Amino acid sequence: MKLEEVKEILNAEVLCGHDRLSEEVNTACGADLMSDVLASKDEKSLLLTGLTNVQVVRTAEVLGDIVCIVFVRGKKPGPEILKMADSASIVIMKTDYPLFIACGLLYKNGLDCGSEF
Amino acid sequence: MKPYTMDFDVKARDFSSAGESSSKFRKTLLMLSIPSDIVRRASIAAYEAEMNIVIHSYGGKMHFEIYSDKIVIIADDTGPGIKDLELAMKEGYSTAPKEVIEMGFGAGMGLPNMKRNVDNMEVVNHDESGTKIVMTINF
Repeated sequence: MKLEEVKEILNAEVLCGHDRLSEEVNTACGADLMSDVLASKDEKSLLLTGLTNVQVVRTAEVLGDIVCIVFVRGKKPGPEILKMADSASIVIMKTDYPLFIACGLLYKNGLDCGSEF
Repeated sequence: MKPYTMDFDVKARDFSSAGESSSKFRKTLLMLSIPSDIVRRASIAAYEAEMNIVIHSYGGKMHFEIYSDKIVIIADDTGPGIKDLELAMKEGYSTAPKEVIEMGFGAGMGLPNMKRNVDNMEVVNHDESGTKIVMTINF
Protein backbone atom coordinates (compact mmCIF):
# COMPACT_ATOMS: atom_id res chain seq x y z
CA MET A 1 0.00 0.00 0.00
CA LYS A 2 1.33 3.43 -0.92
CA LEU A 3 1.63 6.07 1.81
CA GLU A 4 -0.66 8.22 -0.32
CA GLU A 5 -3.42 5.59 0.19
CA VAL A 6 -2.69 5.41 3.94
CA LYS A 7 -3.19 9.17 4.08
CA GLU A 8 -6.53 8.92 2.23
CA ILE A 9 -7.90 5.94 4.19
CA LEU A 10 -7.06 7.58 7.53
CA ASN A 11 -8.02 11.05 6.36
CA ALA A 12 -4.61 11.96 7.73
CA GLU A 13 -2.58 15.14 7.68
CA VAL A 14 1.05 14.78 6.59
CA LEU A 15 3.34 16.68 8.95
CA CYS A 16 6.71 15.59 7.61
CA GLY A 17 7.93 13.87 4.42
CA HIS A 18 5.35 15.19 1.91
CA ASP A 19 7.68 14.23 -0.94
CA ARG A 20 7.81 10.54 0.02
CA LEU A 21 4.12 9.61 -0.25
CA SER A 22 4.79 7.34 -3.24
CA GLU A 23 6.71 4.95 -0.95
CA GLU A 24 5.17 1.52 -0.30
CA VAL A 25 4.43 -0.02 3.11
CA ASN A 26 3.86 -3.77 3.36
CA THR A 27 3.14 -4.30 7.06
CA ALA A 28 1.98 -2.25 10.03
CA CYS A 29 1.74 -2.38 13.78
CA GLY A 30 -0.25 -0.41 16.32
CA ALA A 31 1.32 0.02 19.75
CA ASP A 32 1.75 2.41 22.64
CA LEU A 33 4.54 0.33 24.10
CA MET A 34 7.84 0.87 22.35
CA SER A 35 9.09 -2.29 24.07
CA ASP A 36 6.49 -4.25 22.08
CA VAL A 37 7.58 -2.60 18.84
CA LEU A 38 11.20 -3.52 19.60
CA ALA A 39 10.19 -7.09 20.43
CA SER A 40 8.30 -7.64 17.17
CA LYS A 41 10.00 -10.36 15.19
CA ASP A 42 9.41 -9.25 11.66
CA GLU A 43 9.96 -5.97 9.90
CA LYS A 44 7.20 -3.41 10.18
CA SER A 45 7.05 -0.48 7.83
CA LEU A 46 4.21 1.56 9.37
CA LEU A 47 3.78 2.37 13.05
CA LEU A 48 0.50 3.66 14.48
CA THR A 49 0.70 5.03 18.00
CA GLY A 50 -0.90 7.35 20.50
CA LEU A 51 2.43 8.18 22.13
CA THR A 52 3.97 11.49 21.13
CA ASN A 53 7.45 11.61 22.59
CA VAL A 54 10.85 11.59 20.89
CA GLN A 55 11.40 7.95 21.85
CA VAL A 56 8.78 6.92 19.26
CA VAL A 57 10.92 8.36 16.46
CA ARG A 58 14.10 7.04 18.07
CA THR A 59 12.62 3.53 18.22
CA ALA A 60 11.63 3.74 14.55
CA GLU A 61 15.08 5.05 13.66
CA VAL A 62 16.89 2.29 15.56
CA LEU A 63 14.72 -0.44 14.01
CA GLY A 64 15.45 1.05 10.62
CA ASP A 65 12.50 -0.54 8.83
CA ILE A 66 9.73 1.87 9.81
CA VAL A 67 9.16 4.39 7.00
CA CYS A 68 6.12 6.14 8.45
CA ILE A 69 4.64 6.92 11.87
CA VAL A 70 0.94 7.79 12.20
CA PHE A 71 -0.07 9.57 15.41
CA VAL A 72 -3.68 8.69 16.26
CA ARG A 73 -6.55 10.39 18.10
CA GLY A 74 -5.61 13.82 16.72
CA LYS A 75 -2.42 14.03 18.72
CA LYS A 76 0.05 16.50 17.29
CA PRO A 77 3.75 15.80 17.83
CA GLY A 78 6.05 18.67 18.83
CA PRO A 79 8.67 20.33 16.59
CA GLU A 80 11.50 18.28 18.14
CA ILE A 81 9.82 15.07 16.97
CA LEU A 82 9.29 16.40 13.45
CA LYS A 83 12.90 17.58 13.23
CA MET A 84 14.19 14.18 14.33
CA ALA A 85 11.85 12.38 11.89
CA ASP A 86 12.97 14.62 9.04
CA SER A 87 16.64 13.84 9.61
CA ALA A 88 15.85 10.12 9.90
CA SER A 89 13.77 10.25 6.66
CA ILE A 90 10.62 9.05 8.41
CA VAL A 91 7.22 10.26 7.19
CA ILE A 92 4.94 11.61 9.93
CA MET A 93 1.13 11.77 9.71
CA LYS A 94 -1.65 12.44 12.16
CA THR A 95 -5.22 11.20 12.09
CA ASP A 96 -8.26 11.95 14.25
CA TYR A 97 -9.22 8.25 14.36
CA PRO A 98 -8.41 6.32 17.57
CA LEU A 99 -5.80 3.54 17.38
CA PHE A 100 -8.29 0.67 17.05
CA ILE A 101 -10.24 2.25 14.19
CA ALA A 102 -7.11 3.43 12.37
CA CYS A 103 -5.60 -0.07 12.48
CA GLY A 104 -8.95 -1.61 11.49
CA LEU A 105 -9.37 0.66 8.46
CA LEU A 106 -5.90 -0.16 7.14
CA TYR A 107 -6.37 -3.89 7.80
CA LYS A 108 -9.73 -3.86 6.02
CA ASN A 109 -8.05 -2.23 3.05
CA GLY A 110 -5.43 -4.97 2.77
CA LEU A 111 -2.53 -3.90 5.00
CA ASP A 112 -1.39 -6.84 7.13
CA CYS A 113 0.78 -7.25 10.21
CA GLY A 114 3.41 -9.49 8.57
CA SER A 115 4.08 -13.19 8.94
CA GLU A 116 4.53 -13.35 12.70
CA PHE A 117 2.82 -11.62 15.58
CA MET B 1 42.70 -7.58 13.50
CA LYS B 2 42.03 -4.49 15.59
CA PRO B 3 38.30 -3.77 15.89
CA TYR B 4 36.63 -0.48 15.05
CA THR B 5 35.52 0.86 18.42
CA MET B 6 33.02 3.45 19.58
CA ASP B 7 32.41 4.81 23.11
CA PHE B 8 29.56 6.90 24.47
CA ASP B 9 28.59 8.29 27.85
CA VAL B 10 24.93 7.65 28.72
CA LYS B 11 23.25 9.98 31.21
CA ALA B 12 20.67 8.76 33.70
CA ARG B 13 17.11 9.97 33.05
CA ASP B 14 18.06 12.03 30.01
CA PHE B 15 15.19 10.92 27.80
CA SER B 16 15.68 13.55 25.10
CA SER B 17 19.05 12.13 24.05
CA ALA B 18 18.35 8.52 25.07
CA GLY B 19 19.10 6.23 22.16
CA GLU B 20 21.55 8.59 20.44
CA SER B 21 24.54 6.29 20.88
CA SER B 22 22.61 3.29 19.51
CA SER B 23 21.52 5.41 16.57
CA LYS B 24 25.13 6.45 15.82
CA PHE B 25 26.25 2.83 16.24
CA ARG B 26 23.58 1.73 13.73
CA LYS B 27 24.67 4.36 11.19
CA THR B 28 28.27 3.14 11.51
CA LEU B 29 27.21 -0.50 10.94
CA LEU B 30 25.34 0.56 7.79
CA MET B 31 28.36 2.56 6.61
CA LEU B 32 30.54 -0.55 7.07
CA SER B 33 28.09 -2.56 4.91
CA ILE B 34 27.23 -5.02 7.69
CA PRO B 35 24.29 -7.29 6.61
CA SER B 36 20.91 -5.69 7.36
CA ASP B 37 19.59 -8.46 9.64
CA ILE B 38 22.75 -8.17 11.78
CA VAL B 39 22.36 -4.38 11.86
CA ARG B 40 18.75 -4.76 13.03
CA ARG B 41 19.58 -7.23 15.81
CA ALA B 42 22.63 -5.27 17.00
CA SER B 43 20.72 -1.98 16.99
CA ILE B 44 17.80 -3.40 19.00
CA ALA B 45 20.12 -5.00 21.58
CA ALA B 46 22.15 -1.79 21.90
CA TYR B 47 19.06 0.42 22.19
CA GLU B 48 17.45 -1.76 24.88
CA ALA B 49 20.73 -1.77 26.84
CA GLU B 50 21.10 2.00 26.47
CA MET B 51 17.51 2.58 27.58
CA ASN B 52 18.15 0.39 30.62
CA ILE B 53 21.08 2.63 31.61
CA VAL B 54 18.89 5.75 31.14
CA ILE B 55 15.92 4.30 33.04
CA HIS B 56 17.49 2.28 35.84
CA SER B 57 21.07 3.38 36.51
CA TYR B 58 23.02 6.34 37.90
CA GLY B 59 24.59 6.69 34.44
CA GLY B 60 27.04 4.66 32.42
CA LYS B 61 28.76 3.94 29.15
CA MET B 62 28.09 2.10 25.92
CA HIS B 63 31.11 0.54 24.22
CA PHE B 64 31.03 -1.03 20.76
CA GLU B 65 33.62 -3.22 19.01
CA ILE B 66 33.08 -4.05 15.35
CA TYR B 67 35.22 -6.89 13.98
CA SER B 68 35.16 -8.46 10.51
CA ASP B 69 33.19 -11.45 11.83
CA LYS B 70 31.47 -10.27 15.01
CA ILE B 71 30.12 -7.30 16.96
CA VAL B 72 30.63 -6.84 20.70
CA ILE B 73 28.32 -4.50 22.64
CA ILE B 74 29.19 -3.62 26.24
CA ALA B 75 26.76 -1.75 28.50
CA ASP B 76 28.44 -0.69 31.72
CA ASP B 77 26.81 1.45 34.42
CA THR B 78 27.64 2.72 37.89
CA GLY B 79 24.79 1.16 39.85
CA PRO B 80 22.57 0.33 41.65
CA GLY B 81 22.74 -3.12 40.03
CA ILE B 82 20.03 -5.72 39.47
CA LYS B 83 18.73 -7.26 42.70
CA ASP B 84 17.15 -10.38 41.25
CA LEU B 85 18.67 -11.20 37.87
CA GLU B 86 16.56 -14.31 37.33
CA LEU B 87 13.36 -12.26 37.73
CA ALA B 88 14.72 -9.45 35.54
CA MET B 89 15.30 -11.94 32.72
CA LYS B 90 11.62 -12.92 32.76
CA GLU B 91 9.40 -11.30 30.13
CA GLY B 92 7.00 -8.84 31.70
CA TYR B 93 8.86 -8.34 34.98
CA SER B 94 9.54 -4.65 35.44
CA THR B 95 10.83 -2.33 38.16
CA ALA B 96 10.45 0.78 36.00
CA PRO B 97 8.73 3.83 37.53
CA LYS B 98 5.32 5.00 36.27
CA GLU B 99 6.64 7.96 34.26
CA VAL B 100 8.92 5.63 32.28
CA ILE B 101 6.04 3.27 31.51
CA GLU B 102 4.01 6.27 30.31
CA MET B 103 6.82 6.96 27.80
CA GLY B 104 6.30 3.50 26.30
CA PHE B 105 9.16 1.75 28.06
CA GLY B 106 9.59 -0.38 31.15
CA ALA B 107 7.36 -3.21 29.97
CA GLY B 108 9.77 -5.80 31.28
CA MET B 109 10.98 -6.80 27.82
CA GLY B 110 14.43 -5.18 27.82
CA LEU B 111 16.77 -7.94 29.01
CA PRO B 112 14.82 -10.79 27.35
CA ASN B 113 14.75 -8.85 24.08
CA MET B 114 18.49 -8.18 24.28
CA LYS B 115 19.14 -11.89 24.81
CA ARG B 116 16.89 -12.83 21.90
CA ASN B 117 18.77 -10.59 19.47
CA VAL B 118 22.36 -11.63 20.26
CA ASP B 119 24.31 -14.91 20.03
CA ASN B 120 25.80 -14.56 23.48
CA MET B 121 24.90 -12.37 26.44
CA GLU B 122 26.81 -12.35 29.67
CA VAL B 123 25.89 -10.34 32.75
CA VAL B 124 29.42 -9.84 34.05
CA ASN B 125 28.37 -7.86 37.10
CA HIS B 126 25.06 -6.86 38.65
CA ASP B 127 25.80 -5.94 42.27
CA GLU B 128 25.25 -2.46 43.72
CA SER B 129 28.53 -1.18 42.19
CA GLY B 130 26.91 -1.42 38.77
CA THR B 131 25.69 -3.64 35.97
CA LYS B 132 27.95 -4.74 33.15
CA ILE B 133 26.53 -6.69 30.24
CA VAL B 134 28.60 -8.04 27.34
CA MET B 135 26.75 -9.09 24.18
CA THR B 136 28.20 -10.70 21.06
CA ILE B 137 26.69 -11.13 17.61
CA ASN B 138 28.58 -13.36 15.16
CA PHE B 139 28.29 -13.17 11.37
